[in-house]
Amino acid sequence: MADKNPFPGENNTGHIWDDNIRELANPIPRWWMLSWWASCAWVVIYVVIYPSFPIGDKAPPGLLGWTQIEEFKEGMAEVEAIRAKYEDQIKGMTAEQILGDAGLSDYTVASVKVLFGDNCAACHGSGGQGAPDFPVIADDDWLYGGGVDKIEESITKGRKGMMPAHGSKLSVEQIDTLANYVVGLSEGKEDPAGKALFMANACFACHGMTATGNQAMGAVNLTDSVWRFTPGGVESAKHTITHGVNFPTDPETREAIMPSFADKLSANEIKKLAVYVYKLGQQ
Amino acid sequence: MSTQPSHSQFAALDDLLEEADNWHVNAGDETIHAKRMGGKWRNIKWFSNSIWLLMFFGPYLRWNGQQAILWDIPDRQFHLFNITILPQDLWILALVLLFLAINLLAITAFSGRVWCGFLCFQTVWTDLYTWIEEKFEGTPQQRRKLDKSPVTASKFSKKLGKHTLWLVIAMLTGISFVAWFTDVYVLWSDFFVLQLSSAAWITILMFTAGTYLLAGFMREQVCMWLCPYARIQGAMVDVTTIIPTYDLHRGEPRSRKRKGVSSEQEKSGDCVDCNQCVAVCPTGVDIRQGQQEGCIMCALCIDACDAVMDKVGRPHGLIRYESLNGLEGKACPPLYKQPRLVVTGSIIFAALLGILYGLSSIDAVDLKVLHARQPLYVLQSDGSIQNKYTLKILNKLAADVKVKITATGPAGLKITSNQVVVVQHGTVTPMSVYARVPRKDLMVESQPIIFHIETMDSKEHFSSDRESVFIGPKR
Repeated sequence: MADKNPFPGENNTGHIWDDNIRELANPIPRWWMLSWWASCAWVVIYVVIYPSFPIGDKAPPGLLGWTQIEEFKEGMAEVEAIRAKYEDQIKGMTAEQILGDAGLSDYTVASVKVLFGDNCAACHGSGGQGAPDFPVIADDDWLYGGGVDKIEESITKGRKGMMPAHGSKLSVEQIDTLANYVVGLSEGKEDPAGKALFMANACFACHGMTATGNQAMGAVNLTDSVWRFTPGGVESAKHTITHGVNFPTDPETREAIMPSFADKLSANEIKKLAVYVYKLGQQ
Repeated sequence: MSTQPSHSQFAALDDLLEEADNWHVNAGDETIHAKRMGGKWRNIKWFSNSIWLLMFFGPYLRWNGQQAILWDIPDRQFHLFNITILPQDLWILALVLLFLAINLLAITAFSGRVWCGFLCFQTVWTDLYTWIEEKFEGTPQQRRKLDKSPVTASKFSKKLGKHTLWLVIAMLTGISFVAWFTDVYVLWSDFFVLQLSSAAWITILMFTAGTYLLAGFMREQVCMWLCPYARIQGAMVDVTTIIPTYDLHRGEPRSRKRKGVSSEQEKSGDCVDCNQCVAVCPTGVDIRQGQQEGCIMCALCIDACDAVMDKVGRPHGLIRYESLNGLEGKACPPLYKQPRLVVTGSIIFAALLGILYGLSSIDAVDLKVLHARQPLYVLQSDGSIQNKYTLKILNKLAADVKVKITATGPAGLKITSNQVVVVQHGTVTPMSVYARVPRKDLMVESQPIIFHIETMDSKEHFSSDRESVFIGPKR
């Protein structure tokens, strides 16, 4: 740095490099300073009117008394107010009555989608398409009945079907014959040998004389195209006949448990869910 | 490194410095007071300015009992005479924007900044504001003098009148803009009883302030430093673009003509260096320095120069619309052989066709079909495959209407939900529709299905089709 300032009178700071590069002491532009002071003022205003810094585990409330959670609650109250005109009617109605009102059932389907996603979709799929071992609920085949009251009952109380394991009672050949007979039933084929086994082993006690099932106890209809355990077919049927369903002493038994939602959801929510499920596969 | 620059390096620097001395840039520290002169281009400019009267008076036009052109933002509808455009048709707007943007490109490639010079609101409002200024404060010389003079009652009254009128125009601009988005008669009555919505107040306030500041004070500075289109358009001009140009071959060397000396004796060009072209320029540039960023190509200098050429008995056109190629005596390729114009022209044409198609195909009743994603299909107990669709029926009629839904598709197709529904007017009614096909009839995984709706009880008959797919299991 030079001892004597070689550029006097130009308002430089005295910092000079390479003989002629020097730092001038020009003031910061006024608009910039004004913005800066305005920003400082804004910080003070913000701190005064909004909760901004913690003292202990709380923030001072601020003059406006605004909080995020209050704003959230106000927003929710707004939504509730919009929904109230439907919800007030739905409260006093049965699921059946909701289905009879086009406007209310449209509202129910639209508003309960979230509830279905939170509680049902994990097993039954987002559109009721089911999953291996979890039944499809978008079709027209119902283990315990497809009326909206039956669906409501299933959600409220839960369901647990039972089919005994036949692995120790029947030979491998007999099970093979039975499985082929059952698969043939859904394709409209008749097999006297299979029918004889069906009768001799009291399959009809649950599945009925015509093998069309019994919705009172959740025994499946063996004659239709839909399979409770997917993918269907002879192998799947053999497994079910051998190990049963929910059979306590067989470790390989099929597990099929629908839990009760009575403790988790209110009766009103369950009623609306029943309407939603009912309308998954039909109008 | 040598410590002393060589002589030639200094010479190059001298050239640059000399250029910098001539390089005049108005950064807003001086107010341009442009002289106003009559002429052909001035008349054209008044005409092009007056196109903006549409903005002021358009909203008052009525059609079938409602505003003819109305952007109804709260109801998400755009009314254009008897066409109602809902957000579903917004792709048309994309084509309109494309049409306008490419037009800007094409016109600029052909004839420079026509938009800037003749149509841009900044130019037009500034023109109007300076015209008012001249009415109150007089010619440019008088205005400059007035600006420097101390405040007197006369100066105060002139300034007050001018600013009041400016503000009135600014506010009318704001109100007229808002009038395109709300019923204009209701707007005026709400305005006078101070009952406007806060959005309307804020918009009017911003437009008033913006118009007053931009047209009253910032003027050409907006074109020079704020407006991106000025820069974009500057990059589109090339040697074939026909723009206001000073014919330097004819004009140079310029000299002030003297009495009694004939032009044959004087070996100089036609330019008499009267500076009229600079005096009339609304952005204060000198066209004789050639094409430059400050020039908005408004052609007012052509009027000024032609008037002077009349006086000195020379032909018009020392400053004229001419391409740089034309100035050098080179021929420009015909328009259809200029790739830029061919490409932009085709895009404009295609966009226009799309807009016309869009506007003519907007139906009173429109159908959209969404196939359910989860699950794609469901096997039913009778062995048939069921697909679920959401039909969205848009009804632009004035009343609710009964609609019949039918579908054609794979053999054995059956709709199992209601086929006669009532759709509400002025909105989209969504509904679930279920269709079934016996599994044995499904030969391929996915096949087309066409939904068809037709109105049943309205006076006029409307229908709409939409194709979707019917999906079954893999075979």
